[in-house]
Amino acid sequence: MNGFLSSLRLWFAPARVRDEGETPDYRFSLANERTFLAWVRTALALVGGGFAVDQFLPDLRWAWRIGLSLALLAVGAMCALRAVNHWVRCELAMRRGEDLPVTRFPALLSLAVGAVALIMVVVVLFGWAEQ
Amino acid sequence: MTGPVRDPGLQPERTRLAWRRTTLSCTVAAVLAGKQALQGGPSPLGLLAVAASLLVWLAFVALAHRRIRALSVARPRVMSVRAAWSAAGCVLALTAFSVAIVR
Repeated sequence: MNGFLSSLRLWFAPARVRDEGETPDYRFSLANERTFLAWVRTALALVGGGFAVDQFLPDLRWAWRIGLSLALLAVGAMCALRAVNHWVRCELAMRRGEDLPVTRFPALLSLAVGAVALIMVVVVLFGWAEQ
Repeated sequence: MTGPVRDPGLQPERTRLAWRRTTLSCTVAAVLAGKQALQGGPSPLGLLAVAASLLVWLAFVALAHRRIRALSVARPRVMSVRAAWSAAGCVLALTAFSVAIVR
């Protein structure tokens, strides 16, 4: 909980990141930045997937279509927020010379994406069978 | 020192290209958002959402351009937290518009 509060404080007081520890090798910071951008792209892909479900599956029942679409959009938004949080935490860990933070987010994300994909396959197949 | 210092791992170059890829992803997402807004004919709310996603896209392009320029030196400085928040904010804004116009 304490760790969460301190990382929340860093979100709103960005200058603190540069006050901590020593500046790491610029290549490490750039690698961290690329990882951040990869997460942003993942978030954008999820948001795009949310649009795609809504636009390209018009025959789906309203509740399913909106539900899946909103689920993908929500996961995309979470992914974007988490990208910033993880980038800040990695940058701080490098500055302080600590180990990089470990996280179960990738595992949870892949489970969620797998679940949405499975639901979508089942719903689309079921929808065809009904017609 | 003679000539510009070159990073043997081409780290700034790779980071620049990562920004370009992300800009491309943002373009696709913004186009899909615009298409979503105009689904079922133009409406005032839909046109507003199209304009908003265009603005978000422009903001992201400007952000990426600024960062790409900052990366063109031999030893670039670390990305600012504000830039990170702006990039994430663009994604969140696109999400918010689509939630507002989803039907």
